[in-house]
Amino acid sequence: MFDYGHFRFESKEELFQKSIKFWNPDKTKFWQSVGVDLVIDRREGYFLYDMSGRRLIDLHLNGGTYNFGHRHPELVETLKGALDYFDMGNHWFPSVARAALSEALVKVSPGMAYAVFSPGGAEAVDIAIKSARYATKRRKIVSIIKGYHGHSGLSVATGDERFTKIFLADRPDEFVSVPFNDIAAMEQALKGNDVAALIMETIPATYGFPMPKEGYLKACRDLCTRHGAMYIADEVQTGLMRSGKMWGWQAYGIQPDIMVTAKGISGGLYPIGAALLNEKAGGWLHEDGAAHISTSGGAELGCIVAHKVIEMLQRPEVVANVQTVTDFMADGMREMMARHGDVFTGVRQKGVILGLEFSNHPEGAVYVSRALYEHGVWAIFSSLDKRVLQWKPGVLLSAETCQDIMDRFDAAMPRARELLAQARKVN
Amino acid sequence: MSDVLLKVPDARLERTKMMLDRAQWAASGMQKLDRTSVRRIIDAVAAAGHAKAQFYAEWAVRETGMGVVAHKRIKNEACSKGLVELYGGDDFISPRINAARKIVELPRPAGVIFALVPVTNPVATVFFKTLLALMTRNAIILSPHPQARACCADAVRVLAEAAAAAGAPDGCIQVIEEPTIPLIETVMADARVDLIVATGGPAVVKAAYRSGNPAIGVGPGNAPVLVDESADLKQAARRIVASKSFDNSILCTNESTVLAFASIADRLLDALKADGAHVCSPDETAKLRKVLFTDTGFNVGLIGKDASVIAEAAGFRAANAKILVTPVTLVQPEEKLVREKLAPVLAFARVQTIDQAISSARSMMRKSGRGHSAAVHSKSEANILAFASAVPALRVAVNAGCSLGASGFETNLGPSMTIGTGFAGGSSVGDNLTPQHLLNFTRIAYNKDAAEMFGKFEGLDPLHLPKREAPTLSLAVDNGGDAELRRELRRIILEELKAVLAA
Repeated sequence: MFDYGHFRFESKEELFQKSIKFWNPDKTKFWQSVGVDLVIDRREGYFLYDMSGRRLIDLHLNGGTYNFGHRHPELVETLKGALDYFDMGNHWFPSVARAALSEALVKVSPGMAYAVFSPGGAEAVDIAIKSARYATKRRKIVSIIKGYHGHSGLSVATGDERFTKIFLADRPDEFVSVPFNDIAAMEQALKGNDVAALIMETIPATYGFPMPKEGYLKACRDLCTRHGAMYIADEVQTGLMRSGKMWGWQAYGIQPDIMVTAKGISGGLYPIGAALLNEKAGGWLHEDGAAHISTSGGAELGCIVAHKVIEMLQRPEVVANVQTVTDFMADGMREMMARHGDVFTGVRQKGVILGLEFSNHPEGAVYVSRALYEHGVWAIFSSLDKRVLQWKPGVLLSAETCQDIMDRFDAAMPRARELLAQARKVN
Repeated sequence: MSDVLLKVPDARLERTKMMLDRAQWAASGMQKLDRTSVRRIIDAVAAAGHAKAQFYAEWAVRETGMGVVAHKRIKNEACSKGLVELYGGDDFISPRINAARKIVELPRPAGVIFALVPVTNPVATVFFKTLLALMTRNAIILSPHPQARACCADAVRVLAEAAAAAGAPDGCIQVIEEPTIPLIETVMADARVDLIVATGGPAVVKAAYRSGNPAIGVGPGNAPVLVDESADLKQAARRIVASKSFDNSILCTNESTVLAFASIADRLLDALKADGAHVCSPDETAKLRKVLFTDTGFNVGLIGKDASVIAEAAGFRAANAKILVTPVTLVQPEEKLVREKLAPVLAFARVQTIDQAISSARSMMRKSGRGHSAAVHSKSEANILAFASAVPALRVAVNAGCSLGASGFETNLGPSMTIGTGFAGGSSVGDNLTPQHLLNFTRIAYNKDAAEMFGKFEGLDPLHLPKREAPTLSLAVDNGGDAELRRELRRIILEELKAVLAA
């Protein structure tokens, strides 16, 4: 019996049944089909607990939402303190929480002048696109094939057709996509001087974190400048110190016109996202500041948590921890490749953003994810490149947990080998 | 400013917790260092401390108002380069092979050491604990006494920079810049702390032991000094005055009370006077008793002050005195003057026999000083042995000043800023703290049956073991044509990869 006070479930099985019946039949069944029967119950730090009580180390972090771990005590205390005084607030009026967070964000984002808030990443991307269109008076948006920017009206149109076709949400006339790391294709897309913006994840997450080639991002930036398009950096998964710098674009030495942050900035506690705009992109905030409205965008409770997140990220201890986790993962994965090179074929890494390649099978990472799951580690494959396992250590991971992760990884590889061998036979 | 409208987390406490994570990472990095790297780091740290010995001696006296600059400089030097000279040749890293016992001992560092630093010997203790921690490949977080925090925090920064420049892992030396009692208690109880080394007042030491983490705490001193008729009185007087005036008695090993055989007591007093002691009249003694001890204990405002300053505070003059000697008749805890005095005031009592010396010493140590220090000035082995075996002290300095003798500077105990007071003094350690105390050992123990041969471990080192063979790689094989060719190609690629990764 799982009695949560407000509702109760006889068993995990009952939860699965109700989930299929009322929530999402396909999603529920999919995970069971790949051997991941996870229902996250308790959670603490970088640990998740399944309803069965089994512990998993979280290397998925829901895309960096749990960058600081689950329910970080300092953030929980921050939110609880805020709840005694604030609520979501009223989006029509100036607010202390929104003013303070905008100032803090602009301060850590060179070149940016304003922060416009959203309840999450997709809406922040919509704000970014709208702002670029306002500033350039152009409609066209260029993105990367297999790029991913969310599922709302404009953001989904930039993404993979898996997410647009089904809802008739593709807009091929306004949204163009080009291959990643292909400068010539980018030039081709921009040279008509009719593009409002290029939107780029600094390292495309859902595509399995392929690393931008040397000079690629800078070339994209320069092409935007030359052809009058704005450069939108989607920092949802690469921001917040995960690259080793506050924002991924800083790690690559480029200057966007607009940037988007979400997920981790919520502390995993109160949803919030933001589009940061330079002076030009923020022009509409002078002309008609109510042209974009969001009742839950910039909810004050979320602002207070996000403000704390930004403060914590700048502590020397956090900066140092990112570096040590980065080094540990680089060394550890090099060692694991030496031991398991037959299945584990490559590593992509920038800071604590890693993609682990299991390229001997087109869905190699799905099997490895399952083997790791059986060994107490939760890391998800990339939906748009299933050979690659997303490996997302949190910025506060301790030495002890990192060693625990690496020991479990090592132990899981024979099982991964076995699952891959079976998969080949079936195929 | 008005009241804060929101309840907010204690950011200082939260940051301190992050320091513990950083220290854990540093500890894991330290454990991978070999002897050469450790030597390079401790040399760099010792040199950085030594170069600023005078600077920090001045700063510590200015900030705490205690002690003597010249003496603090000596301690800072001894606790920087002095320690490396003493222990630098010792090996706390390589396996220790004992073929006769068929045992190999592998040093295992404690991990994260949390070190409390007292107000009395602030910077010397920072140097001392940091170097001991580094020698044994531990990470250390220092928490200075609030009244010495500026000089300590600065000194820690200097040591940490020197360590980093010499290749030490990030965060292996950190300092809590704004310590408070609740903060320290939280850190001491944190599971990320592997060992607490607590030097300070009894309250903080008890708190360390209550924390639930392994701790080495030390209790207060109160050293009796026996001078019998076999002693060289001039030498004894010279050493006692020098020791009692050293850093104005701020070392916890300083002499508390002289127990002089009655037959030589007057001559000893004359010799003490000749060396700069002011022997107080009964009236002056009463005044000192009144000014030195308040209802709550020793008058902290007079800790480590010059003798002349203390005399003035008591209401008499002793302009050039190095120490003040207060004759007493009762050697029992109710006579306040025979308690611990971190100030150049020395009680002086006469005893008729060695047995009375022993019972007097035991009496005065009943209130404080158990497990700590004592001194004897004598040529009589029988008296030395009788006294040492009967008084509750774990180190008895012979024909040496107690301040620097018991703390190991002028004896072969080895200099230490942390004096273990043992079981009698509420501590787990009865020695002067040495690097050895910050290590555990894994012991590889062979079957003692002679038929089972002991292995050859000479020349082997856990940090530089031969490369492990990777397991034979089981290749996932594609079906379809060219399978053999592909298999061969993969084998070649993997061999190349392994060669690159092993390089």
